Order: sequence, then structure tokens, then C-alpha cells
Amino acid sequence: MSVSKIKKYNNDVLLDVLNLSVTFELKNASVKAVDNISFKIKRGEFLAVVGESGCGKSVSALSILKLLPPKIAKIESTHLIFDGVDISNWTTSQLREIRGKRISMIFQEPMTSLNPVLTIGDQITEPLITHLKLTANEAQNRAIELMSMVGIPEPENRLNQYPHQFSGGMRQRVMIAIGLACEPDLIIADEPTTALDVTIQAQILELLKDISKRLGIAVIMITHNLGVVAAYADNVNVMYAACIIETGSSNDIFKNPSHPYTIGLLRSVPRLDKSREGKLATIYGLPPNLMNPPSGCRFAERCPIYEKQCDNSPALIDNVTSKNAKVACWKTDFAKVTGAKMYASNKKTKKSVPDVNATPILTVNNLKQHFNISLRSGWFTSKSGKVKAVDDVSFSILPGETVGLVGESGCGKTSVGRSILHLNNPTNGDINFQNISMNKDSIALVRRDMQVIFQDPFSSLNPRMTIGKILEEPLIVHKIINDKASRLKRVNELLEQVGLYTYMADRYPHELSGGQRQRVGIARALAMEPKLIICDEPVSALDVSVQAQIINLLEDLQAELGISYLFIAHDLAVVRHISHKVIVMYLGKIMEVADEKSLYSKPQHPYTKALLDAAPVPDPEIEKNRKRTILKGELPSPLNPPPGCVFSTRCPEYTKECSKLTPPLVKFTDEHFVSCIKVKEFNA
Amino acid sequence: MLKYAFNRILLMIPTLIAVAIIVFLVLRVVPGDIVELKLTAEGGEVSMEQIEAEKKRLGLNDPLHIQFYNYMIGIPQGDLGISLWTEKPVAEEIGSRIGLSFQLAIFSTILAVLLAFPLGTLSALFRGTFLDYVIRIITIGGIAVPAFWLGMLLIMLVLSFGKLPPLGTVSFFVDPLTNFNQMIWPAISVGYRYTSVVARMLRSSILEVLSEDYIRTARAKGLYERVVIVKHGMRNALLPTVTVIGLEFAFLLGGLVVTESVFNLNGIGKLFIDSVIRNDLNLLQGLVLTVATAFVLVNLIVDLCYAALDPRIRYQS
Repeated sequence: MSVSKIKKYNNDVLLDVLNLSVTFELKNASVKAVDNISFKIKRGEFLAVVGESGCGKSVSALSILKLLPPKIAKIESTHLIFDGVDISNWTTSQLREIRGKRISMIFQEPMTSLNPVLTIGDQITEPLITHLKLTANEAQNRAIELMSMVGIPEPENRLNQYPHQFSGGMRQRVMIAIGLACEPDLIIADEPTTALDVTIQAQILELLKDISKRLGIAVIMITHNLGVVAAYADNVNVMYAACIIETGSSNDIFKNPSHPYTIGLLRSVPRLDKSREGKLATIYGLPPNLMNPPSGCRFAERCPIYEKQCDNSPALIDNVTSKNAKVACWKTDFAKVTGAKMYASNKKTKKSVPDVNATPILTVNNLKQHFNISLRSGWFTSKSGKVKAVDDVSFSILPGETVGLVGESGCGKTSVGRSILHLNNPTNGDINFQNISMNKDSIALVRRDMQVIFQDPFSSLNPRMTIGKILEEPLIVHKIINDKASRLKRVNELLEQVGLYTYMADRYPHELSGGQRQRVGIARALAMEPKLIICDEPVSALDVSVQAQIINLLEDLQAELGISYLFIAHDLAVVRHISHKVIVMYLGKIMEVADEKSLYSKPQHPYTKALLDAAPVPDPEIEKNRKRTILKGELPSPLNPPPGCVFSTRCPEYTKECSKLTPPLVKFTDEHFVSCIKVKEFNA
Repeated sequence: MLKYAFNRILLMIPTLIAVAIIVFLVLRVVPGDIVELKLTAEGGEVSMEQIEAEKKRLGLNDPLHIQFYNYMIGIPQGDLGISLWTEKPVAEEIGSRIGLSFQLAIFSTILAVLLAFPLGTLSALFRGTFLDYVIRIITIGGIAVPAFWLGMLLIMLVLSFGKLPPLGTVSFFVDPLTNFNQMIWPAISVGYRYTSVVARMLRSSILEVLSEDYIRTARAKGLYERVVIVKHGMRNALLPTVTVIGLEFAFLLGGLVVTESVFNLNGIGKLFIDSVIRNDLNLLQGLVLTVATAFVLVNLIVDLCYAALDPRIRYQS
């Protein structure tokens, strides 16, 4: 049966989902990944589904088109009405007719979602040929049209290229082109920009929004990024532990959140547009295990306003105060009154301030880290290129200071960290740590005082060692504590210091959650009682509420022990929250350095401005009035950086002089340095 | 692509030179003396003088570097020396037998590929069902059962039907039917293992590919399941399978030694055994070099298949 032939009884509602549940039948357990959720989406609506990892947001989206493995996943629903037809009982071969034609999907990983052995053109034309019965020629012309619509330059030539010849952002554009090919009624986008840099994210989301509005396509966007929700969504579903716990317009959710979880989630995100007001709110504990979910309210265990009543499961009912909003909480009224206070109890501590007159603990002078890369190897001619991952970078860190290092992927921020640690030997430049110039010989002396926390808390812990062994190892290697008993005592101390339980010493890394593993990473660094910790994206793999816990922990440790941090991250809001001083890097060079306040309130460099502009803020009102100037293009190849100012190719303020000379880092105010020849002009 | 192929072909040369050198040196270390063996085989007393004279005649008393020089100079001219036993040119000895072995190898490869593809694919698509289990049992058998033993069983089977293929191999180009009749049994006995290894590899790589993100993308596009599996799945799953086909082909050339004895086929396998027993250094050198060349050629073909299948490799060069 074809959908178009059936009379449409309701033109307004495009998709009506009632009581959708998805159960994964595993070998020795069954997990209800989506539990009885209902929602509707209208034509042309932009609906966001937010929640932390494992809350069931992706699974619910995939279950609409039954794209889950059929043997494991059991999908049940009362009805699933798409454009007037109940598709809940459709077989996969019936669903195939609407997949890609009337409902299409865009996935998270642009790197792996395209077939590596087929050309881009082939992959875009496939749905056109299958669904619209176009001839190969017609389909190709349409593909070229689509590619230029999504902003892929030279579509005629790129049609015959393969995915590996495209950048991540460009691949996601290809995915969007595939999604748009048959002009569907609904696009389901599953974390479409999570893997992308913030300037590319802005490009992709603007494109998606613009096209969907123009063609009247409804969009369900799954995301964990609250800023993205505020900037683009009309309506929001908040999911927690397989259930929808609150739903409403974007304004309702951000202005008047009613569920304690939503309130907590919003309070635990650092804000890009505001200076630090105090510590971040954190939600206690972890989401429940879905193999054995609690019988009552699933948030009860973590809820600050828990009462006996909450042991019964609350229904998703109309929220009294806001129109069209619904919430699943017994104590909505109370939650509203208490609001933010719920999470703010005696947490208003100030950031510790470093002594400005102290001697810096770390001074980096003219650091260069160049890599030789073989481009082509032939018999008699081989060509190698030089990547200047870090090119002439200088900065210093005071005792007890946090210096944030931001930039998009490929800007060299991680290389800076690795060079300081001498994990890569610097090509050139001087690194001075505690008044010792670091080189191959002195590194052993200073390494104890300089530790590192890595991004991926799982792969950076040896899976075959217990947590206790992992923490004990550095104590043995550096001969810090020589007898076993006191070593174990120290391990317990460390575990408590980072908010873990001492019994966890016997556990293996896979038995801990992501946040707990990152705490182990911090404990391992602390074991050496370091003076400086290099944090390389320590929170980017973590969920928002856990991220807040880790950030608070790092701040507490700094206040207590006076440790300095070099905090490398791509999330501008997190960096603003935790740092005293911020360095912005682009293609191996420093663009701007300033204290946190002046960098975020008075950014001078066009790149800093663009970065701040691209990052959405979790406040729909601010987002509505915001006019974005979106950075065009992508990061140029580091093998062949542009002459003069490295940012010149993407700079909105570009003039001819920018290609002629490399701008030095000049003083703007006492604490503010900018590398742009036009800074004076901006302020004239 | 052309440049890639050219580069690969050029790379074969140093590999083969290295093989030639190693083979020469290793064989000189092996103890044993063909002259003694040859003369005593003819019966009667043999004096030291006779042995010395024979050695001198065959050039075995030349200093090692002279022998090496003659050997290396001969190779590019197609001159592999003379067999110390029959005193015919090595190239001729090998040439007259390689056709048979090569035919057997090709036969079993075709057989293996023809069987392995449907078996592996079915096994993967019906994973966890009765069919999958049956195929997996059959294929694990192929890895466990030695080819020569299977060969003997096959001979007994053919005998029990009373249909004995004519002795003495007939060329494929003279009488294809009789030739096929003769070759099919050894081909099965060698090809069973081959089929099993390829089928199992194909099964696991299809399963792996089917869980990839791009397969989900293909399904989300609304493509027919057939298109999803064949166009999006198979081509990616072929990559590791092609490697295994190549490796097994080389393995098979070595395995022929035993199978040819069982079926009494006069191929290079049998020649191999004879030359080892007789300590015929020159012939052995030539044989190892021939097999190594075949090995390298097969690898070249695998590399070229890879480049044809995978654009990432094609564009790297």
C-alpha cells in the first residue's frame, strides 16, 4: 500500500507516536531502552530530543523506521501514525518504500556513514533511482543540483570522488544531500554535528535549518548539546532513562524548566555568555541501570527534592503553567518555586586567584613542533612535507593558575601539550619548568611534578590492571613510597580525594562509568603530587552532568593543593568557566591571549570572534536575536598553510596586506595580546 | 592505477633476488652428497677418485663464489643449470611438469571460489540458524582434515564405484573430458581446505561489514535489501577475502607435494620430493625459485585486485 493513495485525515500532525517501547533481548537480560514514550511532530516543525548518553534518544529515532537489528530489538507501540497511516505494523519491505523517500536520516559519524568504496555521486543518486525511478542521467543532474544546494563546491567534479577525499564537514553535507534527495516530509538527524568543529557545526546546522524551513520539512534532531537546542529547535523532548520526562516549546524548557532533571541539566552547563558565577551545579550520582530500572520515578535516586510519593511512577501530564508543555514529576509546583536553588546550596565559591607577581611555574618560549610527513614515496623521487603543528608559541603559567588552550581540531593544541611533556621532542624552543630548562636529560627530573590527564578515560587506562594497581604503579616507578602497606593507604587516600570509594581499588576500568574512569585518571595524576597538570580534553567524552562533576573536582583540587592546569579543550564555555587565562590557537599559531573576562567580552581577533559566534548558547531568547556571521570554508591543509596570516583565507576582515606579512602577537591591553594587523583599526 | 601496478611489478625484482640468494646459501649448508648417492645407486664399489672426478665434472668442486656467480648469471637468462641427477636442464625438468601442477592449482582455486562464495554468504546472512551451523561444521572439517587423507578416501570412493580414471595424465588441450575426470579428484581433495578457509573468512567479513554504519545508511535510504547486501556489503567484504584467496593459493602450491604423491601425478610436487631425496641441489634451487615466483605473482594479483576494489588504495599512489 502506498502512503500517498490513502486519504490524509490530519494534515497538521505529520508523525504521531503513541506508547512506543523498544526492548533489547540480550542473551541473559532484557533492556528496555525506550519505555512507553509518546510524542507528535507537525509538518515543518523542528523538534529536538535531548538527553544524556544511554537515555534512549537514538534508539527511539531508529525504531520509527525499524532500523534496529530485528533479532534483538523488539519494537512495540499502540500506534505510529505517519501522515495519516499507521505504520507500526509495517514490515521492513513496506517501510523500505518510505525510507529515504518520505522519512530520511542523517547520522552522527560522517566518517563511517558513507560507503568507502562507492563514489559520492553513486551514493547520492541511489535513492533517486530507487524511489523516483529517475534515469541515471537525470539522477546525476539532480545530484549536482543537491550538492550545490548543500554547499559542496565544484559538484560536477566531486561527483566522481570517494568519501575519503572529503573532509568531515563535507561528508556531513553529502549525508544531508542524500537525506534531501527525494524531498522527504521528515528528516531524523541523530547527533549530526557532534563529531564536527564548532565553526563547521554552525555551517551544517544553519544549512539544515534553512533548507528544512524552505522546503517545509519537519526535523527531529537528537542531540546532547543544549546550546544547539536553544538555537534551532521549536519544541523539545527531554529524555531520561528511557522515558520522556518533560516536553514543551524551547522557550518553556529553557525559561521555565519544571522537572528537577531538566533544571539540573541546564544548571550544570557552563555558560559562554556569562562569567563564572560559582561552581557548577551537579546532579548527584549516575542514571539508573536499565536492566533493572527503579519502579517509581526514575530520577528519584538523584533528585534533590525526593519524597516518599516519588516511589510511584509519575505520568507525563500537562504542565499547569505553560501551554502545551508536559512534565512527569509529582512535585512540579515545588520544583518551580525552588527552581535553581535546588542545586545551588552553598556552592557559591569563588575561583581561586593566582598570585600575579609569582614566578611562572612553566614558561614556554618560541616552541616549535614540526613533523616531517612523507607525501609520496617513489623509486628515485620521494616527496616529504612539513607540518608545522606548533609554530612559534610562547606563554607562561603561574602557580595555581589555569590556562585554557582552545581551537578547532588540527590547530595544534594537543601538540603543545605533548611537547611540554616531551612526549614529542620539540623541534625548537625553550620550555622552562620550575626554573629548569627541559631537555632529554632533565625530563626525568621534572616529570614527577608534571602530570597529564587524557581525553578518553577508557582507552587511557590499562584494561588488565585494577584501579588500585593503576594508582600504585607511579608510586613504585618513582620510588615515592617503598613499603606496600603505606602505598595502599596512599591509594585509598587518592581515591577519596577524587570522590571515589576505596572498595573500587579492586575493580577493573570497564566496571566503572566514564565519569568514574576520568576520576581515576585524575587520581593517577595526583599520585605524584604534581605542580602542573596538563588536561587534554578531560571532559569532552563525558555527559553534561558528569562533566560538571569533573570540572568542580578540578577546581576543588586547585583551591586545595595550588596546582596549575594547562586546560586543552575545544568547548569554549567550559574553558571560560575554568580558566584564568585563555589562549586561542589556529593552525599552530597563537591568535589571541587574554584573561578570561576580556577575551570573552571583548574578543579582538576575527577568529576568536567567529568561534564565539559559532557556539550556540543555551538560551532561546538570546539565540533568536543573535545574528551569526558564519565562518566560510574549512581549515586549510597544515602542509600548505596560507602565506602571511594563517587565518587570512577564512577571515571576514581580509585585505591584501594580510597575505603579505605574518602578524606578530601585539599588546592590546596589559593582559591582552592579539595577532592581527588590524586590531588597532577595529578599535579606532 | 597504472603507476601503482608498475611500482608493484618493480618491487618484485628485489624480492626474487633475495630469495635466490637465500636459497643458494641455505642449500650449501645442508649436508649430503649427490655424487656418492648417484654412484652407489648404480651398484658396485666406488673409489674416492671416481667420486672426485664426477664432482669435478659436475662443477661441484668449484669455489662457492664461482658457483654463485654462474647461478646468478643464469637466472635472468632462464638458465637454471642442469639437474645433477638426470643431467637435463633444470628449466626443462620443471617446464615439463609445471603445467600439470599449475592446472591442479587453478582447478582447485576455481572450485574453492565457486563453492566458498555461496557458502560464506549464506552462512553470514542466516547467521545462527540451522543452515549456518551446517555450513560451519562442513568448513571446520575442511580445516581439520589433511588433504592427503581426504585424497585417499576419494580414491577408495572412486574405486568402490568401479570407475577408475585412466592412468597417465592427458593434457587438457588434447582431451578435456578425460583430463577433467582425472583432475577433479585431486582438485577436490586440495580444494576442500581452500573452500573452507575462504568461506569462513567471507562469513566473518560479511558479518563485520553488515554492522558498519554505511550499511545502516544504505538501509535508511530505502534501498532493496539485495542491493544493500551485494552492492554495499559484498564489495567491502571482498577485501579481506581476496587476501586469503591469495595466501591460500600459495599455501596450496606447497601442499601439492603430498597430494600429487597420493594421486600419483607427475607434477612439480613429486619432482620436489625426488630432488630432496637425491640431494639434487640445482633442481631444488630451481624449484624453490619457481614456487617463490608464483607466490610473488599471486601477491601482485592480490594487490592489484585490492586497488581495483578499494579507491583508498588506488588514490594513495
